[in-house]
Amino acid sequence: MADLSIRDLVKRYDKTQVLHGISLDVQDGEFVVFVGPSGCGKSTTLRMIAGLEEITSGEVSIAGRVVNNLEPKERDIAMVFQNYAIYPHMTVRKNIGFGLRTAKMPRADKERRIDEVAVILGMTDLLDRKPSQLSGGQRQRVAIGRAMVRDPAVFLFDEPLSNLDAQLRTQMRLEIKKLHQRVGNTIIFVTHDQVEAMTMADRIVIMKDGHIQQVGTPSDVYHQPANTFVARFIGAPSMNMLPGVVGNGGKIRLDSGAEVTLDTGATPGQAVVVGVRPEDLYPNDGPALVRGPVLVREPLGAETLIYVGREGEEVIAKADGRTPPEVGEEVTLTAALGNLHIFDAETGEALR
Amino acid sequence: MAVTEEIRPNADALLHAAPPRRPANMGQILRWTLLFLGGIAMVMPIAYMISTSLKWPHEVYNLQLIPDEPHLENYTYVLEDGRFYGWFINSIVIAVVTTVSNVLFDSLVGYTLCKFRFPGRYIVFIAILSTLMIPTEMLVIPWYLMSQQLGWLDTYWGIMFPGLMTAFGTFLMKQFFETVPDDFIEAARIDGLNELQIWWTVAMPLVKPALAALAIFVFLGNWTAFIWPLIVTNSVEMYTLPVGLSSFGDEADVAWELIMTGAAISTIPTLVVFLIFQRYIIQGVVMAGLKG
Repeated sequence: MADLSIRDLVKRYDKTQVLHGISLDVQDGEFVVFVGPSGCGKSTTLRMIAGLEEITSGEVSIAGRVVNNLEPKERDIAMVFQNYAIYPHMTVRKNIGFGLRTAKMPRADKERRIDEVAVILGMTDLLDRKPSQLSGGQRQRVAIGRAMVRDPAVFLFDEPLSNLDAQLRTQMRLEIKKLHQRVGNTIIFVTHDQVEAMTMADRIVIMKDGHIQQVGTPSDVYHQPANTFVARFIGAPSMNMLPGVVGNGGKIRLDSGAEVTLDTGATPGQAVVVGVRPEDLYPNDGPALVRGPVLVREPLGAETLIYVGREGEEVIAKADGRTPPEVGEEVTLTAALGNLHIFDAETGEALR
Repeated sequence: MAVTEEIRPNADALLHAAPPRRPANMGQILRWTLLFLGGIAMVMPIAYMISTSLKWPHEVYNLQLIPDEPHLENYTYVLEDGRFYGWFINSIVIAVVTTVSNVLFDSLVGYTLCKFRFPGRYIVFIAILSTLMIPTEMLVIPWYLMSQQLGWLDTYWGIMFPGLMTAFGTFLMKQFFETVPDDFIEAARIDGLNELQIWWTVAMPLVKPALAALAIFVFLGNWTAFIWPLIVTNSVEMYTLPVGLSSFGDEADVAWELIMTGAAISTIPTLVVFLIFQRYIIQGVVMAGLKG
């Protein structure tokens, strides 16, 4: 186990800069998830930590040791790939034991380690099978086993669940989390799925265009998003964004005509965006934040998503699953002031 | 009821009737005819080779396929002729060494060109490919001069050296290594293997079908090579099978029955090589370790 530190990490391919000097400290035993849309630089960061990509500038340290110029094998890391990368010509036992090939330890100890890992992953009966005889989930478990067997300082996971179907993904998510609780190693996990990030991480690193947007616990990034990107990226469905202008006395007049009074520290006349999550909107006969007809209903069972307002400017709200309003029905929605997020319309930065 | 009774006999008749004949399609007839002619064209030389090997000398120019008096005297003669074994051994040594060499070095160069990024990589690849455009007839003179200067005339080394690595093999292997996902290579790199170990332990088993195809091509190519072995060898002991077989007979006559007998015997190793490696060709192993 070890802590990990990234300082001013830059990656440039010819003239294209894909990482713009990111810095991060990961504590020993922490489960950190890098999340962001495609091309945000999360996988590149992971590959630079692994030593699979050269570092243009900056520094990566593992357990207090700068590893910039070390080969991947010298960094005391193990990596699980999106495509599993388990060798089709080897049995499960050989695949898991592959990580110990170069380890200087007696054969009996290696076999014991492989058996231990197989027990943890519930693969004891599959050790003599070839990958072609395994399901997707089992293959991914073999890949995790190959990483585990080496007991590395840091585990690196590069979108390991994205090839699995939804049900298996949920199951593997739980298994990886349990595994972390059991072995306690530092884990860096890359995903583009915000649900994976929220459910697994001790801390989430949200990236966009080679910059870190916010680092925080799942609760932090959900309840106190640093900017509109984070606010919309975390949470499903995305946060509704209602444009408006700050008036006198903290009053914000929304483009829709509604008014809210909040202490934002914004100057009168400043353009802002009021963010409100679909789950925070509820029907109310009093002052309206949003008023309009229900355009579309999406029943999800326990709840129903309703799209309310004018075409093109609709907001999403969560309604009761048993008695949702009908399509075309006029509804009035509001939210508790404490659940509103105010962002600067120009920079997108959070004002409160 | 009446309706059911009326329908039942018709249904039975339909069940037991032969499938309706479709009128023959002209395209299909043409395809089958071409395939049949192609098959005949491939089988006839082999049939005549075996047929001639069973004929007496006076029957050789008689084109009938079944000999009037088939016999095995030609096989006895060839197998008892001490020279044949020498040529056979020469051909085996040369074909095996060049096959092993090509499988190793073509794949090593192909792998390097495919999986490593270094300046000039593309130029090297094009330079290797461009050698494919030079015909063997143009190369034999420089090869001969090189052999002469290096003292390799009439030696195994002299016969083998031009074919120890081939541009075609390098190209073939490079293209196959393109199908090996980089994740495999990177996973092995993280697991602590050096680059040579990764090539041998991870990449090579994943391109077994290509290696088998290359082995078959190279073995057959060297087993049947004629022009260069003819030029570079002087002594009868150093002949390869094709060169040796062509020397059967004398100045006045060519002993076709003996040549055909030798050719029939010499096809056995090529069949063995094909049977050993063909199962790898039809195996698609690469994708099994990836997402399902």
